[in-house]
Amino acid sequence: MAKEVKFLQGNEAVCEGALYAGCTFYAGYPITPSTEVAEILAARLPKVGGRFVQMEDEIAAMAATLGGSIAGRKSLTATSGPGMSLKMENLGYGYLTEVPCVIVNVMRGGPSTGLPTGPGQSDIMQAKWGTHGDHPAVALTPSTVQEQLEETVRAFNISEKYRIPVILLTDEIIGHMREAVNMPEPGDLEVVDRKRPTCDPKDYLPYKPEADGVAPMADFGSGYRYHITGLNHLEDGFPSNDGKLAQADEIRQEKKITDHYDEIVVVDEMDTDDAEILVFAFGSTARSAKEAIKMARAEGIKVGLFRPLTIWPFPDKHLQKYKNKVKRIIVPEMNLGMAILEVKRVMEGTVPSIEGINQIDSEPITTITILNKIKEGK
Amino acid sequence: MAKTQIRLSGSGGQGMITAGIILAAGAAVFEGKKAIQSQSYGPEARGGASKAEVVISDEEIFYPKVMAPDVLVALTQEAAEKYSKDLVDGGILILDDLMVKEAPKGNWKIYTMPIIITAAEKVGKAMVANVVTLGALNEICGLVSTETLEKAVLSRVPKGTEELNKNAILAGIELAKACKAEGGCCCGK
Amino acid sequence: MAYDYAKYLRAGKIPHIWCPGCGYGIIMKSIIRAVDGLGMNKDDLVFTSGIGCASRLPGYIDANTLHTTHGRSLGFATGVKMAKPELNVIALGGDGDMTAIGGNHFIHACRRNIDITCLVFNNYIYGMTGGQYSPTTPKAARATTSPYGNSDNQFDIAQLAIGAGASFVARSTTYHAVPMEKLIKQAIEHKGFSVVEIIAGCPTGYGRKNKLASPAGMIEWQKANSVNKVQWDKMTAEEQAGKFPIGVLHQEEKPEFIEAYDANVGLS
Repeated sequence: MAKEVKFLQGNEAVCEGALYAGCTFYAGYPITPSTEVAEILAARLPKVGGRFVQMEDEIAAMAATLGGSIAGRKSLTATSGPGMSLKMENLGYGYLTEVPCVIVNVMRGGPSTGLPTGPGQSDIMQAKWGTHGDHPAVALTPSTVQEQLEETVRAFNISEKYRIPVILLTDEIIGHMREAVNMPEPGDLEVVDRKRPTCDPKDYLPYKPEADGVAPMADFGSGYRYHITGLNHLEDGFPSNDGKLAQADEIRQEKKITDHYDEIVVVDEMDTDDAEILVFAFGSTARSAKEAIKMARAEGIKVGLFRPLTIWPFPDKHLQKYKNKVKRIIVPEMNLGMAILEVKRVMEGTVPSIEGINQIDSEPITTITILNKIKEGK
Repeated sequence: MAKTQIRLSGSGGQGMITAGIILAAGAAVFEGKKAIQSQSYGPEARGGASKAEVVISDEEIFYPKVMAPDVLVALTQEAAEKYSKDLVDGGILILDDLMVKEAPKGNWKIYTMPIIITAAEKVGKAMVANVVTLGALNEICGLVSTETLEKAVLSRVPKGTEELNKNAILAGIELAKACKAEGGCCCGK
Repeated sequence: MAYDYAKYLRAGKIPHIWCPGCGYGIIMKSIIRAVDGLGMNKDDLVFTSGIGCASRLPGYIDANTLHTTHGRSLGFATGVKMAKPELNVIALGGDGDMTAIGGNHFIHACRRNIDITCLVFNNYIYGMTGGQYSPTTPKAARATTSPYGNSDNQFDIAQLAIGAGASFVARSTTYHAVPMEKLIKQAIEHKGFSVVEIIAGCPTGYGRKNKLASPAGMIEWQKANSVNKVQWDKMTAEEQAGKFPIGVLHQEEKPEFIEAYDANVGLS
C-alpha cells in the first residue's frame, strides 16, 4: 500500500516525529519561529494521553521538560535564539545528570532579539559550547521537511539510548516551509526507549554504566528511590568533591558519545567519489548547495556535497576521508564563519583551500551564489 | 512542466497564505508533483503587505523560495507595487480591479479582474476571495487539474462550506475565461 | 520513646552540611514527622530543591530526590508532577532560591495552583555563599554585601504567595517545631499549591553580623516576635509593628491545575 502523503510545514513535521517517537510531554514558552511546535502539540498531546504546559519562561520550560523525563515521559521543548540562550543553564543540568530529552532550536537571525522572522545558522557553536563546563553534545541538522520528521525521531532515539539531551538544530526556512512528507507507519522507523533498571532497588546505582557507557535510568515513582544532583556525583548519584572522580565521570560521559560515533553521526555524501571540490553544507543551505553541485556537474566540474545530518559530534571521521584528496572545500553557512572553523580543524594542511560563503542578511544563500563560488577557482 | 514560481500577495488576512498552501498541497499530494510553499513573516498579523510563495515542478526542488516569480497575484495596490519588482520578463500578473487602481508597468501579460467583488456579490462571501483567486490563477496558468484544485480546497476548508468553496472555484474559472477572451486587460465591468 | 528519624533518612549521608546552630535540622525533622504522620509511601514521595543550604535537604531523605539548579526547583517539580500526578511532590528552597532567582517560578506556581507543596526556608540571608543580603534581609541589617546596612526593601513571602494565588499559605518558625509539623501536614494534604514559609536562624551568615550570634538567641527572637494568626487579627497596627503572624494565613478551595487541564482536554 502506498504511504500516506501529507503536505506539512517543517515545524509540523517535528511534531509528527515527536509523536511517532512516543513523546507525551511538552513544556515550552512561545517564541518565533518555533511557536507552531507548541501550538500543534498543545492540541495533539492530550489525544495520545500526553500533557502540554506553557511555562512562565524558557528557563522553567527547560526545567519542566527535564522533570517530565525524570518521571518517565519522553519530553520535548522547542525554542529559538534568545530562548535557547535561557535554556542553557538547565540544559547543562540535563547533560551532567544524563536526562534524555529533545530540544528543538529553530534558528533565526542575529544575536539578541536579532531578526526574529528570518533564518540563521549562527547557533551551531552554541549547540556545542553554549552551557558552561565540559560535556558531550549531540545536534542534528535536517534539510527537508521529511527529515524534520525523521531526524526528530532519531533525536529521541539517541537521547533515550545514550541518556543525553539532543538538540534538533533546524532553521526558519525548513521550519516554516511546506513540503510533501511520506508518513511513516508504525514499525517503519526505529523507536528506542531508555534502558530501565531491572535490579533490586536496593542495589540500584543510577550512574553505574553498563558496557555501552550508559547506566539504566529509573523513573521517579517506580520504586527505585535515588538522588539526582547537578553537583558532580558518584555512581550512587550523591555529590562528591573528589576532582579525580569528577574528571573520570566527565570523560566517561564524553566517551559514551564518541565511542558510538558510527551510530550517531550520519552524513549525506553526494558525487564525492571523484570530487576535486567539496561543498560542506547543512540545514537549509544544503538545499542550495545540492542544486549548485548538480548544475556545476552538468558543466563538467568535479564537485561533491558533504552534508552532515549530525553536526555534533562533528563528523571528523567522515571528513578525514577527503584529506589530500580534494583541492578545495567550500563552506556556505548563514553565519560569519562557524562550521568552517571545525572543517579547518579537521582538514587544515591537507586541503589547499578552505573557503567560506557567509551571509547573515535574513535571506537564504542561493544556488547561484554557491555555483559562482564553485566556478571561481576554475 | 518545468519549474513554475508563483507569488500570491495581498494584505494580511486576505487568505493568500492559505491559497498558497492549498495550491502546493494539491500539486504535491494529488498529482505527485514536487511543490513547496513558503512565506515571509512580518510582525503584523493583520494588514500590511503579505505574500505566500509556491514553487511547483516535475523535478526535485532544492532552493525553496521564489527567486523571481513567473506569476504574481496581487489583491492590493501595495502588494502589486511591492512584489512585482522581480516578476520575470513576459511573466503573468493577475490583479484585483477593485483594490489595484493602477497596474504596475512592465513587460507582462496582465489580467485585471473583479476577484473580491465576485467573491462578495456573486459567490456571497468576501472571505472566499482567496479561493476565487485560485480558480482564476489555475485557469490562466494550468498548474493542476480542476479536479485536483477542488479536492485540495475541500481538504482545507471548514465543514459546511464545501458548496460555497466549489462555487468560488467555478466563479474564479469563469472570471479568468472572460478575461482571457478579452485579451487579458478585462476589468469585468 | 524517642522518635526514630532514621527510617526516612539515607544511611551514611549524615552528618549534614549545616552549621552548628542552623535551624534547618529542626525543619528537616518536622518534615519527616509530617510525611511519616501522613503515612506516605517513600516510593511516591518526591523532593525537589534548588541551590543553597536548604536545598541540600533532599539528599538526606530516603525518597525520590532531585537537587536542581538555583531557583528552578519548582520548574522541575512541575514537570515531574505533570508527568506523574499521582506522586506527592514537595519543592523546597531558601529565601534567595525561591524569591530572588526563582521568584518568577514561585509566583507562577502560585498562580497555576498546581498540587505541589512548597516549603520556603527563610533565614534572611544567602548562607551558602557566606552571608550576602537576600530579598528578605531586614532593612538596615548587615550582610557581607550590605556593609553599611541593607538599603533594600523586604519581601513578605507569605503575602507574596497569597497575592500570586496560592490556595494554602502558612508561616511557622523553628521555635514552633510541633505546630510547624502540623502546618506541613496540612499543606501536603491541601489540594492545590501550598506554601509554608518557615523562619529559621542562620547564626553564621546573619547572626554574627547583626548581634544575634547565639543560635538560642535567634530562636528566642522568633518566639518573641511571632504571633498566632487568630491573635494577630485582633491586634492594632501599632501592636503588630515589628512582629509577624504565624499559622494558616490563607486557605481557599479552587481548581487544581492538572485536574483542570485534564478536564479541559478530555484526559480525565
